[in-house]
Amino acid sequence: MLKVFFSDQLPLGLAQALVAALAAMFVVLLARRRGIHLESETIIAMVRGLVQIVAVGSILLLLLRGPRWTSGLLLAFMIIAAGATSARRAKGMPGAFQVSACSIALGAGSIIALMTWLGVIDTAITSLVPVGSMLIANSMNTNGLALNRLRADVLAHVGEIETALALGAETKNSVAPYVQASFEASLIPAIDSLRSLGIVWIPGLMAGMMLSGARPVYAAIYQFVVLAMIFAASGLTSLVSTLLIRERIFTTAQQLILQPGR
Amino acid sequence: MTPPSTPDPILRTDRLGRAVKDKVLIADATFEVRAGKVLAIVGPSGSGKSSLLRLLNRLDEPTSGTVYLGQTDYRQIAPRDLRRKLGMVNQRPYLFPGTVEQNLRFGPLQRGEPLSQDAIDQLLLRVGLNGYASRNVSNLSGGEAQRVSVARTLANSPEVLLLDEPTSALDETSKLEVESCIQNIIRNQRLTCILVTHDTAQATRLAECALLLEGGRVTRAGPIHEVLHA
Repeated sequence: MLKVFFSDQLPLGLAQALVAALAAMFVVLLARRRGIHLESETIIAMVRGLVQIVAVGSILLLLLRGPRWTSGLLLAFMIIAAGATSARRAKGMPGAFQVSACSIALGAGSIIALMTWLGVIDTAITSLVPVGSMLIANSMNTNGLALNRLRADVLAHVGEIETALALGAETKNSVAPYVQASFEASLIPAIDSLRSLGIVWIPGLMAGMMLSGARPVYAAIYQFVVLAMIFAASGLTSLVSTLLIRERIFTTAQQLILQPGR
Repeated sequence: MTPPSTPDPILRTDRLGRAVKDKVLIADATFEVRAGKVLAIVGPSGSGKSSLLRLLNRLDEPTSGTVYLGQTDYRQIAPRDLRRKLGMVNQRPYLFPGTVEQNLRFGPLQRGEPLSQDAIDQLLLRVGLNGYASRNVSNLSGGEAQRVSVARTLANSPEVLLLDEPTSALDETSKLEVESCIQNIIRNQRLTCILVTHDTAQATRLAECALLLEGGRVTRAGPIHEVLHA
């Protein structure tokens, strides 16, 4: 329907963005009626997201004409930004940003490097940056989920954790069940994406490849490749971040730092 | 004739204090406990009784002063060893999912020491729960769970037992059961014990000496009757 009113692509895109944002705000209003206040966070996130993606799109346009090493620079910047974003889900956890950035660099970064070296990801900027960003973004989400879950579990089980410490347990043993639960929970979206691939959703990458002339079967296989890489990067990120943060929520005298109300 | 020698204090605090963000939780607490004695820490709600016990167990870090275990500054002792030596029982038992036996094995296993079946039976006998080894902790009453918690702490063979309001979350019947169990243990084994309680009658029944804590400060210390009835 919007195409009737907008013939040019740019106004059409803005109108589509507005309609999609209104749908999101409708959900926010529904949540508000139930006493859940997401207004400011959602509005800021949407405005930020739109500005960022348009800015990155413009930069990409410039980079596509530049040398290949610039893609590495761009991916490194994405990792730092992803670390900062997911660290916000770990309020009160000491060193959350360093842990998040390190984990995403190790998780997504190592998978990107390995897959590029093996030729699974093409070294062309047009391929490396979009695929790499998908791995980083998903690792960011997984990391945020893992830290958020671990934080909630630790805060809900301070008594059990301190009882274990009081009985002479090592810090890692005192939080082991919660570290394991947060790791498992953080991977649920990645596992569900793999499980429902082609049945519940046909991702954009595959559709884009077909539109640009790739054979449908190859496009489908490559979509699986991307999701498997996302799973590997997310899993590694979550594993590293939960292990690193586990050491940081205790003092050197093995006292639990993360406490309700502190 | 030489006077009977009094044993050296097994635990001594020296101007122990903790403040968090300018709020003083404990200030200048200096006291000692002699081997085989029971010290009650009494005081109104929010006076810092539990905070003091957490400092003794080093679950929190003092911001001033220290604690001596025997002659050793407790900061020189590895926290895990210290906590084994100063066994703590909380207001709530916080049993780990599984059986009673698994809970009793937890502490020794942390040092790689398996607990023999005989030792488990003996521990359960001491808390009046013989035959409970294979029971799932989810099926225990409040009083039974707290007695398992006491046995679990004793499994580490502590030198001092720290009890933080061990009966305050229980109904009257369970409270008497647990108190009687604690009384038997500390009397029969002459176990040194520090008991935090808001119940002065309980303090009188279990302890020989007491210290009164008000606003994080020790305002009175000495024999139990002198402290409670001054």
